Amino acid sequence: MRLNNYIGFFRIFITLILAMCLRVMPISGDVAMLNPDWVLLALVYWTLILPERVGIFHAWSFGLLTDVLTGRLLGQYALAYSLVIYICLKFHKRLRQFPFFQQGLFIFFCLLLSQLLLFFIKNLQHPAQLHATFWLPVFTGTLIWPLVYGLLRFVSSFKVLK
Amino acid sequence: MLLLTEHKYAQVGGIRTTLSVFVDPLKYLVDLPTTLVEQATNSASSYSALKEENARLREDQLVHQTRLLKFAALEKENIRLRALLENSFKLGEQVLVAELLSVNMAPYEHIVVVNKGTRFGVHPQQPVLDANGVVGQVFRALPFTSEIMLITDPNHAIPVQVNRNGLLTIAVGSGQLNRLVLPFLPSNADIRPGDLLITSGLGGTFPQGYPVAVVDEFTAQPNKAFATITATPKALLDRNRELMIVWSKSIPVPLITKPVVNEEGAVNEVK
Repeated sequence: MRLNNYIGFFRIFITLILAMCLRVMPISGDVAMLNPDWVLLALVYWTLILPERVGIFHAWSFGLLTDVLTGRLLGQYALAYSLVIYICLKFHKRLRQFPFFQQGLFIFFCLLLSQLLLFFIKNLQHPAQLHATFWLPVFTGTLIWPLVYGLLRFVSSFKVLK
Repeated sequence: MLLLTEHKYAQVGGIRTTLSVFVDPLKYLVDLPTTLVEQATNSASSYSALKEENARLREDQLVHQTRLLKFAALEKENIRLRALLENSFKLGEQVLVAELLSVNMAPYEHIVVVNKGTRFGVHPQQPVLDANGVVGQVFRALPFTSEIMLITDPNHAIPVQVNRNGLLTIAVGSGQLNRLVLPFLPSNADIRPGDLLITSGLGGTFPQGYPVAVVDEFTAQPNKAFATITATPKALLDRNRELMIVWSKSIPVPLITKPVVNEEGAVNEVK
């Protein structure tokens, strides 16, 4: 049982690390604008499935690591992820009952909230002329959510030890 | 809180450095496929192609060597002339070759990651060059990697001068990899397409005299104070994998050694 616990933890950790790799994956040209926020998607999935295990602490620490990885202002992803995950924790029971489409809508708003926070922080830092493409990852993230969901579902149902 | 603190004070950098030790391996991991493909193509290239390349490189080497001979003489002459003018001359630079990691940090910023960090002595604001010209400057140095802001980043500006007549101005990044903008020149400025822009050395970050860009368009706008001028960077910003990080000596070396007065009051020239 205890070993299983560790394996469970390890599994979450590995998927999040992979998500971080995808976050900085080298894509050339304009396609890079479409790269969704994989880390947030993975975090949301684990919060919905295992709310007793993955929570704000995970969100905050992986947010901080993402900040360092992508060279942002230290703490902006940490803040955005923590807030989104807090909302997910609040609603996870209801969300499990939601039909597929509604769940997608919820994910859309999660991603939008995170991006909105990042936008505000960026504007505080230096009022920059951000391109409209800044918002594209929200849409691609929503579109890719079923894939992430299915993949992580497979990972989480995969039993190593009984 | 952390956000505000970092924005205002630099001390939080320690946290970033510590965390980067955990995160930097990820960058190498992401880079791994690209490196492997490159190595595979290298080892798969045929013998004749390699031989051809070798011959070509040897030829290049010879040409450069001869050019350097002349350069050494010119440098000596330059030093002598400057000595006549009682001017000090900044001596040489030291370079470190760093390799680009194919990592995508943020799509709307021109920041690239290289595989040398503070463990090699890299520090922020160091100029970065490639074989053709100025690439950018070190933006943030972490223990194992460092982030380099390219000259084409919208937040980057580099002091330049026109090589033909010494006209000083500033080249600002446009956000496109093949374009710089010179927004601070009046419509009657003596600049025309084809002019080479070199670093002016003002501002102290970039050493003087490295090629930056070539002017490719000059549009005088009679109704505005400044002309619209664009330039193409000399460095191959999106194609090169090897970059050079430069250390320039910040203290100018005095050329005329100070005469030493000995006890009798006679002046001795120090060798």
